[in-house]
Amino acid sequence: MHYTLCDFILDVFQNGVEAGGTELAVAIREEDSEVAVMVTDNGPGMDEREKQRAIDPFYTAGGKHPERRVGLGLPFLAACAEHVGGSLNIDTAPGIGTTVQFSLPTACVDTPPLGDMAGTIRVMMCYDRRYEVTVERSRAGRGYVVRRTDLAEALGELESAGSQTLLRDYLEQNERELHRTED
Amino acid sequence: MGKMTLEDLKKLREEKRRDLQMRDTENKNIQIIVGMGTSGIAAGAKQTLDAFLDELSDQNLTNVAVKQTGSLGLDHAEPTVEVIMPDMPRVIYGRVDAEVARKIVRKHIIGKALLNGHIFDRPAADIVQGKSGKTEA
Repeated sequence: MHYTLCDFILDVFQNGVEAGGTELAVAIREEDSEVAVMVTDNGPGMDEREKQRAIDPFYTAGGKHPERRVGLGLPFLAACAEHVGGSLNIDTAPGIGTTVQFSLPTACVDTPPLGDMAGTIRVMMCYDRRYEVTVERSRAGRGYVVRRTDLAEALGELESAGSQTLLRDYLEQNERELHRTED
Repeated sequence: MGKMTLEDLKKLREEKRRDLQMRDTENKNIQIIVGMGTSGIAAGAKQTLDAFLDELSDQNLTNVAVKQTGSLGLDHAEPTVEVIMPDMPRVIYGRVDAEVARKIVRKHIIGKALLNGHIFDRPAADIVQGKSGKTEA
């Protein structure tokens, strides 16, 4: 299995969307020594028992697939954070929502590669549900912010292949700008 | 080219829309739904999604809706994709890598023929025989 950091981020984000979150925020900060991520949603949240079970691979809330007995997204992330000397914190309360924060050291050889950031942010914007999400992306002092409503307004809609191709170009250009070296 | 703004994006959209509106008015009822659950992502569903966007763009099918959902329930066959379009049965394809995604656009959406080797759930054999007209391996 070749998971990237972007896959972890997308998995945590998707948990928030599928749990019924309608307001989500994602912050992805890439520095020399670490990658730090925070994903917040206003979904149903979890009590202490559910929170402990959320990182158990042999547990799932079962809402999507009642017959299923495993849920692997957060357990993979927890195992990775522990293995590479990073951190994972889940702050949640019933009726309030959930914030998942994690950071992974870039120096550890076992820290997964970052992956396709532009593609990941595009996917976050295009789930077939009603929700708002703001993504704050920064790298070494530079950054950009994208909001789903703004993108939908600029493109007219986010559903067609044409809009998503333009959105991909837009995000890839802004990612290239983050990685541009000063002349 | 520096950082793109939302205004730049709006301008780009207007330019593209002018280019394409004469060519692509018939595909608004076609939906491609890509399963993007944990197992889908691990199996490469993002690359599959990208391949659909590239092929649809190459074929000037920019009005086709490309949607994302969680797992479609066929984790052993990820990446999985559901295709819905008029005059064709509703089909779930499995093991859809980038190359298969391009084939789905060319054969299923343009050619209106099924890719039998990748059909995992629907349609049942009798529906395929009875309604779609032709099948293709």
